[in-house]
Amino acid sequence: MNFISVGFQTLLYKETLRFWKVATQTVAAPILTAMLYLLIFGHVLEGRVEVHGTSYTAFLIPGLVMMSVLQNAFANSSSSLIQSKITGNLVFILLPPLSHWEIISAYVLASVVRGVAVGAGVFLVTAWFAHLSFVAPLWILVFALLGAAILGTMGVIAGIWAEKFDQLAAFQNFLIMPATFLSGVFYSIKSLPPFWQAVSHFNPFFYMIDGFRHGFFGVSDVSPWTSLAIVSVFFAVLAAIAVSLLKRGYNLRH
Amino acid sequence: MTAIQITNVEKSYKSLKALGGVSLSIEEGEFFGLLGPNGAGKTTLISTIAGLIRPDAGTVAIHGHDVVTDFREARKKLGVVPQELVFDPFFTVRETLRLQSGYFGLKNNDKWIDEVMENLDLTNKADANMRALSGGMKRRVLVAQALVHKPPVIVLDEPTAGVDVELRQTLWKFIARLNREGHTVVLTTHYLEEAQAMCQRVAMLKSGKVVALDTMSALIRRISGSQLNVHLSSGDVPADLRHLVSHDEQGHGNGNGNGNGGKRPGSSYSLRVNEYAEVEQILARLRESGAVIDDMQLQQADLEDIFLQIMDKGTV
Repeated sequence: MNFISVGFQTLLYKETLRFWKVATQTVAAPILTAMLYLLIFGHVLEGRVEVHGTSYTAFLIPGLVMMSVLQNAFANSSSSLIQSKITGNLVFILLPPLSHWEIISAYVLASVVRGVAVGAGVFLVTAWFAHLSFVAPLWILVFALLGAAILGTMGVIAGIWAEKFDQLAAFQNFLIMPATFLSGVFYSIKSLPPFWQAVSHFNPFFYMIDGFRHGFFGVSDVSPWTSLAIVSVFFAVLAAIAVSLLKRGYNLRH
Repeated sequence: MTAIQITNVEKSYKSLKALGGVSLSIEEGEFFGLLGPNGAGKTTLISTIAGLIRPDAGTVAIHGHDVVTDFREARKKLGVVPQELVFDPFFTVRETLRLQSGYFGLKNNDKWIDEVMENLDLTNKADANMRALSGGMKRRVLVAQALVHKPPVIVLDEPTAGVDVELRQTLWKFIARLNREGHTVVLTTHYLEEAQAMCQRVAMLKSGKVVALDTMSALIRRISGSQLNVHLSSGDVPADLRHLVSHDEQGHGNGNGNGNGGKRPGSSYSLRVNEYAEVEQILARLRESGAVIDDMQLQQADLEDIFLQIMDKGTV
């Protein structure tokens, strides 16, 4: 495997250029959506709710940033693959001598680039609304990158699995969206009844957001090391599934 | 050296047997035609060569590299023009070709990209978005994409389907040049006159099986021979030549261009000729028997005749 081959670099460049050419849709729009979440939830709950000893708006901002990172990382790889499959231009990726490692690495890294770009944009436009601290910036970076890589890999799996746009939409609406919204973006799971707290611990997205938020405030619902371990294992499992699907040519090479 | 070695390739889709044990050997530098009716298995075979379809049994090797177990080397040596008119709407023509070069591990390939675009009359469209191109132009870009890495083996799956005469001429001129320079070319087409003009050797597929495989000239000669059309103003074909007669008309216009469309005296006959030397013997025998020949034409069978004959019979 050669991760820095010209083929890999080209596919990474293409996948990055693809979303950048439509940045209004792929970068600006999700930043605006996150901004609206902040304005609405911040307006309603600021002064009424305090989490981890910080204001609700300050608590919400890292959650929105991470949610944007995750959703856009998923959207990048999944939409690129399904569009290429349905329009038939995936053949341009399947005909050259690209290995499954090169293909998955390029798609996932491009997803990370988009996820982080959107997350950085969301942070830049929302950071003005609250005083944020950066207790452990390395955790912020680690969870942002790992979370984006996980969702980029899930996007690859969904893009390979789906044969129609509505199958991909189902994956997004019935799996990614609920898992993200129920992960503690808008609340601390400690505010939930014990049963739902327990359920939240089975949601890997919870650990990504909790660990990310730990980097800002230095406090979290679970230890960042625990989150890192769980998220890393989750990534390894997803990466193994994605590599296996690509290697077998599942839904790609018939 | 063998450019493409196909050995007992089988592929089924549920109950449909798309390829039933196809074996072919295409030599380096050949211009090879893969012909057959719709559903014969041509595209399945090409997709198997390209690694887009994995065979149920058998192997395919490009320049000795197995397309499954040694796919990287095999694919480096192969350029495929797909049948479907596919494109990536995000990019311009030049970006598309640079990306395709990169996938094959080539950086700074602009000199060759410019040459390919020049030869396919794409230069003035280099900075146009793919969405803005006509169907014919998109087809040219597909051809260019297949050639960006100068593959020694070029596979064209119906490259002229639905395109104008100008593109056909441009394309064939360029492909013929590449073939002269040593590239192996495999062509599938429904335009049999194109195959006859370009291909040195042909395989015909029917229902997933090779039903004919030979050089173009041998195929035309061996399967159909030629037709000697004669019009006799008097006399008749002697009994010992009757077994060669494939068609006769008594007292009708011979349709050989006399233009009056009416009847003329005498009889027209078509006689099968396997070798040119037989023509003189037949003419001599007709004269001996007292027949008077007032018109004659030697008609060479073409690929279409052979194709129809083989598809009708199912095998050679």
